[in-house]
Amino acid sequence: MTDWPLLSLVTFLPLVGAAFILFIRGDDKVVAANARHVALLTSVGTFILSLGIWLKFDNASADFQLVEKAQWLPQLNITYHMGVDGISMLFVILSTFLTPLCILQSFGSIEKRVKEYMVAFLILETMMVGMFCALDFVLFYFFFEGVLIPMFLIIGIWGGPRRVYAAFKFFLYTLAGSVLMLVAMLAMSWHAGSFDIPTLMGIPFPIPMQYWLWLAFFASFAVKVPMWPFHTWLPDAHVEAPTGGSVILAGVLLKMGAYGFIRFSVPMLPEATAYFTPFIYTLSIVAIIYTSLVALAQEDMKKLIAYSSVAHMGFVTMGIFAMTPQAVEGALFQMLSHGVVSGALFLCVGVVYDRMHTREIARYGGLVHRMPRYALVFMVFMLASVGLPGTSGFVGEFLVLLGTFRANTWVALLATTGVVLGAAYMLLLYRRVVFGKLEREDLKSILDLDLREILVFAPLIAVVLWMGIYPSSYLNVMHASVDKLISHHQTALAPKPAPVAEPAAEAAPVDVPAEAPAGAEAAPAPVPAPAPVEASQQTSEPQPQPAPGTESPVSPAKQE
Amino acid sequence: MTLAVFLPLLGAAIAGLMNRRLGNLGAQIVTCSGVGLAALLAIPVFLDVALGHNPQTVVLLDWVSSGDLQVRWALKFDTLTAVMVLTVTWVSFMVHVYSIGYMHHDGSIPRFQSYLSLFTFFMLMLVTADNLVQMFFGWEGVGVASYLLIGFWYERPSANAAAIKAFLVNRVGDFGFALGIFGVFVLFDTVHLDTIFAASASMANARIEFLGLELPAMTTLCLLLFVGAMGKSAQLGLHTWLPDAMEGPTPVSALIHAATMVTAGVFMVARLSPLFEQSETALMVVTIVGASTAFFAATVGCVQNDIKRIIAYSTCSQLGYMFFACGVSAYSAGIFHLMTHAFFKALLFLGAGSVIHAMSDEQDIRKMGGIWKHIKVTWMLMWIGNLALAGIPFFAGYYSKDTILEAAWGAGTPVGQFAFWVGSLVAFMTAFYSWRLLLLTFHGKPRADDHVMAHVHESPPVMIVPLIVLAIGAIFAGALGYELFVGHDRATFWGEAIAVLAAHDSVEAAHAVPAWVKTFPVFLAVSGIVLAYLLYVVAPMVPRFLAERLNPLYRFLLNKWYFDELYDFLFVRPAFWLGRGLWKDGDGAVIDGCGPDGVAAFCKGVFLRLQRFQSGLVYHYAFAMIAGMAVLVTWYVYNQAG
Repeated sequence: MTDWPLLSLVTFLPLVGAAFILFIRGDDKVVAANARHVALLTSVGTFILSLGIWLKFDNASADFQLVEKAQWLPQLNITYHMGVDGISMLFVILSTFLTPLCILQSFGSIEKRVKEYMVAFLILETMMVGMFCALDFVLFYFFFEGVLIPMFLIIGIWGGPRRVYAAFKFFLYTLAGSVLMLVAMLAMSWHAGSFDIPTLMGIPFPIPMQYWLWLAFFASFAVKVPMWPFHTWLPDAHVEAPTGGSVILAGVLLKMGAYGFIRFSVPMLPEATAYFTPFIYTLSIVAIIYTSLVALAQEDMKKLIAYSSVAHMGFVTMGIFAMTPQAVEGALFQMLSHGVVSGALFLCVGVVYDRMHTREIARYGGLVHRMPRYALVFMVFMLASVGLPGTSGFVGEFLVLLGTFRANTWVALLATTGVVLGAAYMLLLYRRVVFGKLEREDLKSILDLDLREILVFAPLIAVVLWMGIYPSSYLNVMHASVDKLISHHQTALAPKPAPVAEPAAEAAPVDVPAEAPAGAEAAPAPVPAPAPVEASQQTSEPQPQPAPGTESPVSPAKQE
Repeated sequence: MTLAVFLPLLGAAIAGLMNRRLGNLGAQIVTCSGVGLAALLAIPVFLDVALGHNPQTVVLLDWVSSGDLQVRWALKFDTLTAVMVLTVTWVSFMVHVYSIGYMHHDGSIPRFQSYLSLFTFFMLMLVTADNLVQMFFGWEGVGVASYLLIGFWYERPSANAAAIKAFLVNRVGDFGFALGIFGVFVLFDTVHLDTIFAASASMANARIEFLGLELPAMTTLCLLLFVGAMGKSAQLGLHTWLPDAMEGPTPVSALIHAATMVTAGVFMVARLSPLFEQSETALMVVTIVGASTAFFAATVGCVQNDIKRIIAYSTCSQLGYMFFACGVSAYSAGIFHLMTHAFFKALLFLGAGSVIHAMSDEQDIRKMGGIWKHIKVTWMLMWIGNLALAGIPFFAGYYSKDTILEAAWGAGTPVGQFAFWVGSLVAFMTAFYSWRLLLLTFHGKPRADDHVMAHVHESPPVMIVPLIVLAIGAIFAGALGYELFVGHDRATFWGEAIAVLAAHDSVEAAHAVPAWVKTFPVFLAVSGIVLAYLLYVVAPMVPRFLAERLNPLYRFLLNKWYFDELYDFLFVRPAFWLGRGLWKDGDGAVIDGCGPDGVAAFCKGVFLRLQRFQSGLVYHYAFAMIAGMAVLVTWYVYNQAG
């Protein structure tokens, strides 16, 4: 099967399932049951197929792999170009992993228009996977916007009481940003004569143009992430969305913005990225501290987790722009981890929502008496969200902060306060919902997790622990691509004697992983050890040989 | 070796996940045998590693690797680790066994035993860490286990509050610890302990950029790391969680909040001695914080009435001793005291548990008294514990505490002198509050009601036997360990595990202090006992009189120097107030108001006005057309002219 167009198969298999469901006829109950099973089978099949991508993926290569290219609109130079690298590959897996769990979850909570729900979900999966694989601007934009439509319907049809307000706010907000991105894309391809993403990465855009392009991209991605102060659509959308919608929204859709930054803004617009880095730092830190404080005051479970998402995504944006290997890999890892953990937390809310039909924290309390299994599951994800070492949350957060500390200590210090606040709101939530006396009459007959729900949570717990204890499985995928991204960024920013700087910058990240982890750090110690100290003193002068520490490209921007 | 670390985890997992199938007895057997086996295995490890001078590292698995950051799972065994492993596993084993008796009324025994074993696992991971990140793993892990155990009785609001407080205050400390790790990585390009230690001497004068300032690297890093130690070990400023942690079941207080977890900070400073040795400033801060905590906690301990809280403050105060021992470079003395303290403090807590058990869950010592005849074994064991705590000659505490004070004197620095005098004063107060506790609890006339008094009974053997084991430790651990830890054999015993600069060797100097320095603390301890006897047996009206005359001071101490109120006012309330404000005003009014809702309202307004043009009246349209024409023509004419 070496020649199979694996990426296209994974992308469009859900559409086949959706088409199949559309043709199901018969009495309502039968249709619902069949639609559910077809959707589940399709999404599980897609997931298994997508594991093939991981198997065939070569960790050592930094290039796009499994590439498929076909003419689409040759008159306009638009191609059907798909491919994954170490940055995007795992997000494909994340999307295909979460979708079957959401579909399985919906068996207990979606009762009306089941057929349509399943169709919408499968289309959504196609759009998500396609977006992470697309290597052509037009194709990317098609998928990027395409995601909005099924999500809009999912919130607007199967959502809560204020679903229409939330759906429109979500749709218009994100669309407004995306339109600016479209303008930027057109401008870029006008300039370069190509819509091809790998080609565009190699083209140096004039610096004044970069600033405008960067801001246009920013408008789109900042809304999607969402960064403060563009985040207010998120709590509303989450609160009104059905559980499955919330899971995908938090798990995958929020990653699209950060993915956009790392796919477009950083490699294509290096000067503008360096110029705007302090701006991103500021917004990220505000996001972390501000939304953590807001989360403390929430009375609605879903809102609280939605705000915590904004805070966690603040770490991600900060890490991407810190531009050290640890920070970028940490940011990617944090995106994956947050996808799993916040998705799981929304599922946890969904469990009690299905039983009690309220999300108000004060309506619960003492659930542990009736639901010990649920308490354990919730505890695992709560601790992962808090960033306990040994869970996935820790690795991402730790790497981001470590990498950022190298780039800018103030930023790292302020962001680390978010770790304390994050613990506060999650522990308070857990205490108010799960601990305490079981006092309310209607809670006294609440049932613990059933088999179907355990099946939903078990893989999530396994992944959270796997990512926490042996994250190398995931980090190894990223190394080559991230190194390429960073060295590309440094080369682009290096002052005139660039040819000298290039080998030095590349040598450092390649050398170290090759050595035995044992005591090998001692060997290069004489050179790199004093480097960070010297480098920070020298940043104002042009450096013929930048130190292996990567703060030099960031520092000039800091001073501006 | 690896087995010794992972058996408790196995026990915890089995007991926790299969609690229904195992039942109470099964869970107890599984967890006790897990930890018991680990304790047995710890003996050959100690013999091989510490006495056989054979330090070694067991590499398990890669953990995090990113760029030049390489972190792995590995267990490092050297003398320091071996001492800690031995202490932790044995005290933990005793507490596991004791819990069988103490918790037998409780409804969730498997959960309790599972948490205890889980804690033991994290503690072992902490002490065997071969890099800073793994230490952080254990560090946070014990924090979570402690959170779970403090909040074990989750129906109680106070237990939940205390659990969250413990976790959050520890997080504040971890904030410093994490920044310290980042700084170490920036400076050394690794988090691997041995590599850092090898390079530490060459970095003595390095500088690091932190918050825009050029600071001496070693001092900055050590102080950041020390913030973590302060949080975990409840030092002044970050101590507020420890007394509240007494909401947990008593075996938990004994294991976590006396013998093991709270000493992790001391362990960390000793572990990182090669770094701390390079910074005089950091050592000075450690000494001052340690001595101040010892003093503060002792003053508060003198007036508390809850038996567990008195012992909790005493723990806090003893931790201060250990820290200032480290601060004057007497790390070996600090660890020695850590070890002896683990035995006698666990003994005291479990003994207090036995008393509480006997008194039908009464914890207020004002309502006890005169029960020694009924529970003679507990009474004797409590005496042993307090004798060891007060540092009465030939009990364990005497050797370790006196060495610390002698080392402080021997350090020959002004800070050392300060620590010595404060430490001596604290020795006096320690003896005083210990005997206040003993006399009020066991002696004098019974103050409990008859109903309670009729029920006073000795605890079952399953609780008493662990106490006796610990008491044996509290009597002999000091005499047995003295030569190894701080005596003539110390250089070979510690090997590379602890680094002390030649100029800092205060333990050596401790052997040459004047004779009065050696006897002075004992003298003070005895006078503390005498004072307690005078105040609470001979003239029991005096304390009440003093409390009335010195009411402000008494209230100040009774309310623990008002730290809780201060923090509540400074941090807790503003955080919630800000959160609510930012949500309603920031998100609601400003961002949504000017953003989406504002734009929507604006558009709606504009379109409503535009709507009026669509009146359907022909002359309206005609007017608009003419006006438009006029504007166009004018514009055209002007452009032509220009």
